[in-house]
Amino acid sequence: MYAVRRFAVRHSRFFEWVYNCFEPAMVLLDPIFRRVGYNRLEAPVVLFEKTVKGLLFDCKMCGQCVLSSTGMSCPMNCPKNLRNGPCGGVRENGNCEVKPAMKCVWVDAWEGASRMKSGDKITTVQPPVDRSLEGSSSWLRVAREMAEQKRATKEAERHAMAEAFPEAHLEEPAAVPLAYEPSAARPHREATESTTVFESGSKKEGA
Amino acid sequence: MSAERPEDRLDPAGLTNPVPEGHSSNSRLERVLRSGRFAVTAELNPPDSANPEDVYEAARPLSEVVDGLNATDASGANCHMSSLGICALLTRVGYGSILQISCRDRNRIAIQGDVLGAAAMGVSNILCLTGDGVQVGDQPGARPVFDFDSISLLRALRTMRDDGMFLSGRKIKTPPKIFLGAAENPCIPPFETRADRLAKKIEAGAQFIQTNYIYDLPLFERFMNRVRDMGLDEKVYILAGVGPLASAKAARWMRTNVPGIHVPDHVIDRLEGAEKPGLEGKKICIEIIQQMREVKGVAGVHVMAYRREELVSDIISESGVLEHRHAGTGRRRKRTAG
Repeated sequence: MYAVRRFAVRHSRFFEWVYNCFEPAMVLLDPIFRRVGYNRLEAPVVLFEKTVKGLLFDCKMCGQCVLSSTGMSCPMNCPKNLRNGPCGGVRENGNCEVKPAMKCVWVDAWEGASRMKSGDKITTVQPPVDRSLEGSSSWLRVAREMAEQKRATKEAERHAMAEAFPEAHLEEPAAVPLAYEPSAARPHREATESTTVFESGSKKEGA
Repeated sequence: MSAERPEDRLDPAGLTNPVPEGHSSNSRLERVLRSGRFAVTAELNPPDSANPEDVYEAARPLSEVVDGLNATDASGANCHMSSLGICALLTRVGYGSILQISCRDRNRIAIQGDVLGAAAMGVSNILCLTGDGVQVGDQPGARPVFDFDSISLLRALRTMRDDGMFLSGRKIKTPPKIFLGAAENPCIPPFETRADRLAKKIEAGAQFIQTNYIYDLPLFERFMNRVRDMGLDEKVYILAGVGPLASAKAARWMRTNVPGIHVPDHVIDRLEGAEKPGLEGKKICIEIIQQMREVKGVAGVHVMAYRREELVSDIISESGVLEHRHAGTGRRRKRTAG
């Protein structure tokens, strides 16, 4: 609804705060989401996301939400679907060229961004929308994406040793392993609490 | 080289010519701007015709005074000969052309392909535009595309040129050598953020900017102050948009019917009070060009004289902006625009 959408822009700072709490929670839930299966979750989450964001922002479910970078003014409400700023046709009163009764989505966006803590994200160049993602959940996508990034960072750390000693890795793979390590492969982590000093000491030597 | 095959005689893209060092294309406009000379570009009125002679006829009166001819891409959402077709014809006879691409009519697949085709035909300047909405044109029932916006389009073309690949990541054998431009509209709301949007365009890949009509110099100065404060005039060449108004009536019509055009009342009053409004419009245009030349950060002018193209040559020579070229003493300000 137009009035609610404008309200959201006027309170962009609040919605930014809400989302900043919501996003890490979604990322934390990633292990559960993975166990249940992102595929199975897609439909119910889409329904929920569509209802909430549809009511607040007139969300069009593009699947690639950038509200945090657009002052909480959804760019898909722009008749030209512009993702990077207003066009050159904004009317003297700041309204839309195509829909004269509507405030330019991007005039609102810049106003909303000025109220937000990280409002300068509006200056980031956004890519064109991937139409094949239309109708899918942006929230689940963010959870997946950020959790994946976290895992990738961990992996990169694990790989650093092998990259620093490439010859050793080639000749003695076990000296600088690259492959996935199941948790049982590092018994000393649990062992330090319950076993004797002698045992843990010998394990340290071997490690 | 002996011309054994017919295609050997043609190298419209100048693929064999090396690009000057530090330049991104063989464009004359780029050379003029980088040398610090005051550049002049003009908009060509695209014919509603399939006859190449109509293109040359429209180009002739403009060609002697400009460094680049803009071939509009269905501006105002009205259908005319395509920008690509016009540019291909112009390059054949050696004119510097500026291909305009509007995001309204074509999606990313069509646009990326067109850019390769254009570059192969010798087009070396491309102006990236969002485009007017279809509702203002002569076929308002058309489906608007807007797959890209002007800024994502700029980034896509820069990726094609600098990284030699399509947005899909697929390699391009010979990347297009192109000088990338964008538009700006300093006299239209939201005024406070127009300079920020310009910064975003530069960030996305814009090397030159052609503005929409500017009749309100104080407003433009305000914009330029902000541009200079942000140091943007060092990063991009700004060509200020100018044009002769035909009459007060025409000016009023433009103001209400063409999106994104701001004509202040004092200009309209001046036209209304004049005996010969046509001449007065020309005079106003010349005055604005002369004032533009004094604005720090303005690298040239872009003349849009829709259906009054015959005036452009006079306007430019009377404004005196090209005089130094004959004398061979240009204001040479070496700059480091990317």
